[in-house]
Amino acid sequence: MTFDFNMMNIFLLALFLAAGVWTVLTSRLLISAIGLAVTSIMLTILLFLMKAPLAGVFELSVCAGLITVVFISTISLTKPVEKSEVLQLKMKRLKRFVFLPLLLFLAAWVLFAKPLHLTNPAQVPVEQTTLQHVLWFARRFDLIGQILIILTGVFGVIVLFKTKTGQAEKQDNER
Amino acid sequence: MSVLLILVPLAAVLIMNLPLHKLMRKLAFWVGLVLCMLQAVLIIRMPIGFWNTQPDLLYRLLLFRPFTDNLAFVMFLSIAIVGFVSLLVARYAIENDGSKLFNFTNLLLLAMAGMNGLVVSRDLFSLYVFLEVSAVASFILIAFNNGKDALEGTFKYLVLSAVATAMILSAIGLLMTVTGSVSFKTLSSVMGPNSGNPVVLLAVALLLGGLFIKSGLVPFHGWVPDAYSSAPSATSILLAGIVTKTTGVYALIRVVTKMNLLTHQVQVLVMAVAAVSIVVGALAALGQSDFKRMLAYSSISQVGYIILGLGIGSNLALAGAVFHLFNHAIFKSLLFVNAAAVEKQTGTRNMDILGGISDKMPVTGFTSVIAFLSTAGIPPLSGFWSKLIIIIAAWKAGFHVYALIAILASLLTLAYFLSMQRRVFFGKLASGFEDLKEANLWILVPACLLAAITIGLGLCIPWLLNSFLLPIRSIL
Repeated sequence: MTFDFNMMNIFLLALFLAAGVWTVLTSRLLISAIGLAVTSIMLTILLFLMKAPLAGVFELSVCAGLITVVFISTISLTKPVEKSEVLQLKMKRLKRFVFLPLLLFLAAWVLFAKPLHLTNPAQVPVEQTTLQHVLWFARRFDLIGQILIILTGVFGVIVLFKTKTGQAEKQDNER
Repeated sequence: MSVLLILVPLAAVLIMNLPLHKLMRKLAFWVGLVLCMLQAVLIIRMPIGFWNTQPDLLYRLLLFRPFTDNLAFVMFLSIAIVGFVSLLVARYAIENDGSKLFNFTNLLLLAMAGMNGLVVSRDLFSLYVFLEVSAVASFILIAFNNGKDALEGTFKYLVLSAVATAMILSAIGLLMTVTGSVSFKTLSSVMGPNSGNPVVLLAVALLLGGLFIKSGLVPFHGWVPDAYSSAPSATSILLAGIVTKTTGVYALIRVVTKMNLLTHQVQVLVMAVAAVSIVVGALAALGQSDFKRMLAYSSISQVGYIILGLGIGSNLALAGAVFHLFNHAIFKSLLFVNAAAVEKQTGTRNMDILGGISDKMPVTGFTSVIAFLSTAGIPPLSGFWSKLIIIIAAWKAGFHVYALIAILASLLTLAYFLSMQRRVFFGKLASGFEDLKEANLWILVPACLLAAITIGLGLCIPWLLNSFLLPIRSIL
């Protein structure tokens, strides 16, 4: 029995798309976070099939793993909306997606009307290099940017969360 | 040596957060001021060759050779001046909270390092990385006071910025599949032969769309009024003065010129977006009653002028665009400094409540007149010359309609600024402001400095145009 990889890819792409749409359309934050994790898992499998295991590992560990944990931890700190507000919010939310079918139709029309030739024979061959080589020798300058982003993120946590906690403690003490 | 403009602020932030924390906390503000001044003085004093040299040790450490030209000079100088002014205003607005001022200084230095990195970038991916550094620092600086409006403004900026980021990153990925490279040099040579390739067209559309969002151009301007008006005063100055210019406008100029993107279709698109931004921004500014919100819409209109110059594409137009970029960084910062002074002294930004405060705040009133006359393009101030250059370039290139739009929108600019002056500074003093006092030196010094630059640049235009601005196109 032969295994049809094309069918497998199409099936996974369909699942990937369905999980993505589910993530956006669902009204519950928790379900949405889980939907995002499922989307990431589908993408991970696709990346493995496309022979990009390192990208797959990063996608699985960071997007499907770490980010989902952060999302769920944050959601656990929120409180649910009142029952009376549920229907009102649902209608308001659904209005945002009125144009979604039209956008999907337009995107499909563009894709079919003008093929993108992604397998262009004139493509430049990419050099066979390892990730370490690319990061350390080709993109070392960008590592400074990454250091800057991490430091900025640290200050973000201090400014937005630590200060707020301090203010909350002060208010509690005053009471 | 221009790499030092990234490494020194980074090292300063690291040192300020070492164990000698308490001492550094007191010194941080002064360290930030000195670094901004040092950057400005060195940019003015040192020749271009100095900035393009790289000591062997630095090269072996970074494996990177910097790229500096006249346009980069303009950006470095703008970053230094606006950073300096923003810090002084932070000192004025934050006053007695040492911890807040320390955090603000650190974030400002990180944002400056990110913007300097973006300016020296030699490829699309580095440009993207440093663009993100500046964006992340900006998000935090907007939400700095944790207020509801500020968080809402940050959220809007964050969401639209994420869309822009996704578009730019997708464009980089698509260009990689076709060209195998992200360096401006390679991309410029392969864009011509591949200009009809649908993948390249899609990538260019995504790239321009992303940078239009970052520039706050109409119809991608939704985040600008909220982010500018809800941010703390010092952050508003930084955002309007330089962050949007660097992450949006400068990146757009660099990408379009370095990658030879200015085909007929791109030119039509860029000029149409610019013209719509000029008009819509000016019309929207007319209907505002919040001081900072009006300035935000005015920024959208003025950025439209810069992009119009880019779209025209001639030497003269680009010189005008770069000159207007610098001028706008200066006079819009000055207007936000004035707004900060008015808000702090009167406790409101609502122009319907204010009135006649020029008698009580004469320096703020005078410098705001200088800034608004320059924005409206009144001679001999700097804004007049940069607008004139762009309009002449549009006319000479045969874009008569665009030249007329630019002239008519200048009249709109004059109208909304006259309305602002009448409602805030001129006329009879509004009740409740009898005991109003002028702002202190922390805000008057930057206001006077920016007003002096606005007047000085206007008077130096013959020398500037021939020696500095016109050569910009030839080396872009």
